[in-house]
Amino acid sequence: MGESMRRWLPLLPILLWALAALSADIAADDAARIQLQQILAPPGGMSLLGCDDLGRSILFRLWSGARISFVVALGVVSLSLLVGTLVGLLAGYRGGWPDLVLMRIVDVFLAFPGILLAIALAGVMGPGIDNLIIALSVVGWVGYARLARGQVLSLKQREHVTAARALGMPGWRILGWHILPLLWAPLIVEATFGLAGTVIAEAGLSYLGLGVQPPQASWGSMIRDGAGYMLMTPHMVLAPGVAIMLVVLSLNLIGDRLRDWLDHRV
Amino acid sequence: MGLFLLSRLTSALFATLGVVLLVFFLIHLVPGDPVDVMLGESAQPADRTALRASLGLDQPLAQQLGGYFSGLLRLDLGLSLHKRQPVSQLLAERIPATLELASAALIVALLLALPLGILAALKRGQGWDWGAMGFSMLGAAIPNFWLGPMLILLFSLWLGWTPVSGRDGVTSLILPAITLGTSLAAILARMVRSSLLEVLGEDFVRTARAKGLSEWRVVSHHALGNAWLPVLTLIGLQLGALLGGAVVTEVVFDWPGIGSLLIEAIQQRDYPVVQGCVLLISLTYVSVNTLTDLAYAWVDPRIRLDG
Repeated sequence: MGESMRRWLPLLPILLWALAALSADIAADDAARIQLQQILAPPGGMSLLGCDDLGRSILFRLWSGARISFVVALGVVSLSLLVGTLVGLLAGYRGGWPDLVLMRIVDVFLAFPGILLAIALAGVMGPGIDNLIIALSVVGWVGYARLARGQVLSLKQREHVTAARALGMPGWRILGWHILPLLWAPLIVEATFGLAGTVIAEAGLSYLGLGVQPPQASWGSMIRDGAGYMLMTPHMVLAPGVAIMLVVLSLNLIGDRLRDWLDHRV
Repeated sequence: MGLFLLSRLTSALFATLGVVLLVFFLIHLVPGDPVDVMLGESAQPADRTALRASLGLDQPLAQQLGGYFSGLLRLDLGLSLHKRQPVSQLLAERIPATLELASAALIVALLLALPLGILAALKRGQGWDWGAMGFSMLGAAIPNFWLGPMLILLFSLWLGWTPVSGRDGVTSLILPAITLGTSLAAILARMVRSSLLEVLGEDFVRTARAKGLSEWRVVSHHALGNAWLPVLTLIGLQLGALLGGAVVTEVVFDWPGIGSLLIEAIQQRDYPVVQGCVLLISLTYVSVNTLTDLAYAWVDPRIRLDG
C-alpha cells in the first residue's frame, strides 16, 4: 500500500493541473472579478486562499492560470519535439553536409545561455501567449534534435537497419519503421523534463512581464503582483509558488521514474 | 592537440558568428516598423527619419549587416535610444555586478552541493542520503523568482538581517547568490553523489580499502580525485542556466547587472541595448565553454586524442 501510494502520488498534482486547465472557463469570471471589500483578504473566510490587491480570489486565479501554464507547456513541448525529432532524424540518418549544416545551426542556438534567447525573443515580439509559445519553442527544439540525432547515429548501425537497406527499402521507410519506434523512449523522458522546464520558463517570462497580459492570470505574474504586498499578505506569493513547485516536482519525479522503467526494458 | 584545438576554435567561431547574426536580426522581429514601436505612431516625421538613420534601418540589409559587424570590431554597439549613451558604456557599467553575482552563486552552489553529494554517496540509503536527494529534487523544482521573494520575506522583512534589494556591500549579495545558486546546487549534488558512487565501486577503491586505509583517506585521496571530472563538465554545461537565471534573479533583487539592464531595455523598447545585452551574455558563455573544453583536453589526454 505504502509503496504503491508513493508510486502514484506524483500523478495527482499533474491530474489536478490538467483538470484545472481544461475546466478553466468556469473560473474565468471569478478570477477577474474585482471585489473592493475583499482587498488583501487573508485565506479562509469568503475565499479559501484569500484575495489579491484588487480583491480577486486567489484560488480562482490559480485555477485560471493553470490553463496558461498547461497550454504553453504542452504547446512548446509538442512543437519542439516535432521539429527537433525531424531535424535530428534527418541529420543523423543522412549524415554528410545536411548533418554538418543542421548541427552548426543547433550549436548557434545552444550558444544562448538558458532562458536568455526566449527573454529576448518574447521581449522583442511583444507579449501574448502565441509569442510566448514561439519564443520558448525556438529555444526548446535543439535539445530534442541533438538527442534524436545521437540515437539515430547508433541505431542506424544496427543489423536490422542494415538488413532493411540491403533489401532495398527506401530511406524514409527505414526511418519510419525501423528507427523511429526505437527512438521514442528517451525522447518521451526528455519531453517530461521539458514540460517541467517549460512550466518554470513560462512563469519566469510572465514574472518578467513578457507573458500574458493583465487581467489574465498566470502563476508567474501572480508572484510578481504579490511581491509588493509580501509583508501584509504572504499568501499572494505563496500560493502560485507552491502550485508551480508541485507541478514541476511531480513532472520531474515522473520523468525519473519513466527513465528508470524504460532503462530496465532496454 | 593541434587538430583538437583547431576544431574547437572553428566551432566556437561559427557559434559566435551565428549569435551575432541572430542578434542582428532580432530588431527585424519587431512586429511592424521598429521606428513606430519605439517612437509611437504620433511622432514627427523628422524624428522618425533621424531614428531610422541612426539605427541604419534606411540602408539595404547587407549594408546594415556590414555596418553592424564593423561596429562590433570597434566595440561599437550603437547608441541607447533612451539614455543617449553608447551601449558599450552602459554594458561596461553593469558587468562587475553580474560577474560578482554569478561567481558568488557558483560558490554557494559548490558549498552546498559538494558536502551534500559526498555525504549522500557515503551514507547511501540512509537518512542523509534521503535528505540530500530531497533537497536536490526540491531545489530543482523551486523557481528563482519564487525562492528570491521567499528569502526576502524571511531574512529581510521578518528578521531584518539583509537588505531587501540593491547592491550595497556583502550583505546585499547573500540572498541573490543563494537564490541563483540553489538550483545549480540541486543538480550538482545529484551529480556528485552518482559520480562518487560509481568511483567507490571501482577496483582501485577496493584495493585502497584492502590496504587498510582509513575511509576518510580512501575518499579524499582516491575516490574524489577521480569523481570530479564529470562534475566539472556539468558545471560547464550549467553555466548557461546560471547566466540565464541571473537575468531573473537580478530583476527580483533589483541587482544592477546586465540582466536588469536587459529587462529595463525591453520595457523601454531600447532595442540597441537589448541587442548589446544578449550579445555580451551569449559571447561570454561561448568563450567560457570553449575555454573549459580546452582545459579538459589539457587535463585529460583521452579527450584531445579522440578529437
